[in-house]
Amino acid sequence: MKALGIVFSNIHDTNLPELVRMRTLASIPFGGRYRLIDFALSNMVNSGIDKVGVITKRNYRSLMDHVGSGKDWDLARKDGGLIILPPFGDRDSDGLYNSRLEALKSITGFLQHTDEDYVVMTDCDNVCRIDYNKVIEFHRINKADITLVYRKSSSEEDNAVTVTVTPEGRITNLKYESKIDGEQNVFANIYVMKRSLLRNLIMDSLASNYTHFTTDLLVTNLKAMRVMGFEHKGYFAAITSLQSYYERNMDLLDEKHRHELFGDRSVFTKIRDSVPTKYGACAVVKNSLIADGCLIEGTVENSVIFRGVKVARGSVVKNCILMQNTVLGENVTMNCMITDKDVVVRDMRVLSGSENHPFYVPKGTMI
Amino acid sequence: MVRKKKCVAMLLAGGQGSRLYALTNKIAKPAVSYGGKYRIIDFPLSNCVNSGIDTVGVLTQYQPLVLNDYIGNGQPWDLDRAFGGVHILSPYQGKLSSDWYKGTANAIYQNLHFLRQFDPEYVLVLSGDHIYKMDYSRMLNFHILHGADCTIAAIRVSPEEASRFGILNTEEDGRIYEFEEKPKKPKSTLASMGIYIFGAQKLYRYLEEDAKKKDSHNDFGKDVLPAMLAAGEKMYAYPFEGYWKDVGTIRSLYDANMDLLGDPPAFNVNDASWKIQSRSPLSPPQYLADTAKVNNSMVLSGCEIFGTVENSILSSNVVVKRGAIIRNSIVMADTVVGENAEIEYAIVDENTEIGDGVKIGERKESGKGIAVVARDLTVGKGAVIEGGAMVEKNVAAGEEVKK
Repeated sequence: MKALGIVFSNIHDTNLPELVRMRTLASIPFGGRYRLIDFALSNMVNSGIDKVGVITKRNYRSLMDHVGSGKDWDLARKDGGLIILPPFGDRDSDGLYNSRLEALKSITGFLQHTDEDYVVMTDCDNVCRIDYNKVIEFHRINKADITLVYRKSSSEEDNAVTVTVTPEGRITNLKYESKIDGEQNVFANIYVMKRSLLRNLIMDSLASNYTHFTTDLLVTNLKAMRVMGFEHKGYFAAITSLQSYYERNMDLLDEKHRHELFGDRSVFTKIRDSVPTKYGACAVVKNSLIADGCLIEGTVENSVIFRGVKVARGSVVKNCILMQNTVLGENVTMNCMITDKDVVVRDMRVLSGSENHPFYVPKGTMI
Repeated sequence: MVRKKKCVAMLLAGGQGSRLYALTNKIAKPAVSYGGKYRIIDFPLSNCVNSGIDTVGVLTQYQPLVLNDYIGNGQPWDLDRAFGGVHILSPYQGKLSSDWYKGTANAIYQNLHFLRQFDPEYVLVLSGDHIYKMDYSRMLNFHILHGADCTIAAIRVSPEEASRFGILNTEEDGRIYEFEEKPKKPKSTLASMGIYIFGAQKLYRYLEEDAKKKDSHNDFGKDVLPAMLAAGEKMYAYPFEGYWKDVGTIRSLYDANMDLLGDPPAFNVNDASWKIQSRSPLSPPQYLADTAKVNNSMVLSGCEIFGTVENSILSSNVVVKRGAIIRNSIVMADTVVGENAEIEYAIVDENTEIGDGVKIGERKESGKGIAVVARDLTVGKGAVIEGGAMVEKNVAAGEEVKK
């Protein structure tokens, strides 16, 4: 059974206002060399989905730059491949959707002129490895109308949609919560359904004047339709706030999580030609993830370092996320900081956030 | 309009590199790893692209699989072009004759039809044996300015080394009047770098004449260039200054790798104005554990380091387990180094498994030389490999391998 992929690149932007100021949620850097969309696209490609539409709204230059023609995901195809779906404006609207449903309304043409039976829709704030073939198989066996992927939360999380699942797997309720704690069933922002059903739902919602896919359309149809829950059991990183962004990056320092995500080397990303990372004679590096193209001459501990970062002699970096081309001068001390791309920190500066409140430095700042 | 190229490069990549021994058992010399993420061929290819030459014929013959795979459609070097780009030229069967490439000149002679379809004015002949950054467009300007028929890039070497090279004796303006192949008493220290530019028509003529000679070795250095000189063609030496290293022996390959380390390094690959492109591995960032100690080293993505790495170069996806020590060594991609293993003054090739407690190599001062472990092997627990030893087959646990 062939499936069509749809990736929402801007949904949930509001959860991470700092990081999306200059980019889409999909193009937020993650894990040293990736962007969030890499996980969504790689899951699609590894599940044999070779036609993927990426819905964009605004600030998507960085996203376009990252995905390019799609060749690094093997999605530069004559037929299908990666298709960027920019905002579609007509006489009545400026094309900037305000919800998932409005976004889907704007791509009805794309949904129509294709021949896949199923549609897999995903957001980009859900870093995990998932085989969509298994979800589609589950969907078929259970004769579901819609299948939602959910997972069990283990710790405190922000901005979650919890689901109520009956023992036979049917979803009976969906509820948005700004904060949850402990073990709960949380929606993973992944939907599977027949393409024909999605088209019908969009048409119906036009008639009913619905605006929200989950709260209007799904919730009102939970009785009328068979909405099933597929539990994802592996590692799952929900990027729903700056705090969780920080913590989920740090998760990757744990061998178990890292190997689960990257063990088979099949998370694809844009290939850049960085030189190997160089460690100076006095470098001290402990428990850190370091991308290529870095020059480390100081001390780095418990940190995630993106490509092209320079840490000069005498500098000490602990519990930090330093994005691409961050440059630290000599004798800088940093703790619990997130620096965006191209940040420069001059000699001798001392900067610190705290573990439950990392301090964020915007792109291109000079300190 | 007839489309044509100003200059087409022909890259001689068919050599075995027999003095690299175990490292070229399964791959051609230009495919040998260098500096963690590169292969030797990245340097001439990147030099071509950076010099504005977008058409390159790569002549392969010996063990071409890895090399062909690596070059692919040329996309990593931006050489996947609609007209031009990189072309793999392997020996082929013809209607009248079929033959392996008999020499460097013969390899190009057999592919004259490839050159003619681009109808170039100039042909640049390169080899896949050296590590260097060079702007060929400057050499081409020199060639045009001097109205030369052939220009040979040349570098000054020390008088002691001169007898290992082909020496060019020139007039003051750079015009060559004599070649000396590995002379015992060199008259000058200007050595040929094996990089030639020819006027295309002249090259075709001399290659065709050379092909008719029964006693020819069909080699540029031995036959074609001397024939041109004897016929009075205008041949010039183009003086090159900068880093240029032959990597044809284990020792020189090792030294060229080590030139990347130190501050500042003798050779800098991190040069934004002259990027060396390569086919990059798809691996997560490297991970250095709490127990890791990494100093004065270059490490590539995908590595997981729990042990100690000093003055060494690790290629992608190398695993260094707890207690393992790697010093003054080169470890190539996908190799796993077991717990408490010790590697000193050695080259360990790709995809080899080094068992726990294995000892490979001895300190440079021992005078025994560089230990080499070939690719795709297993070295069993506790094995000891002496300095200077060459390992080409699996080593059993506890076995001792002598030089």
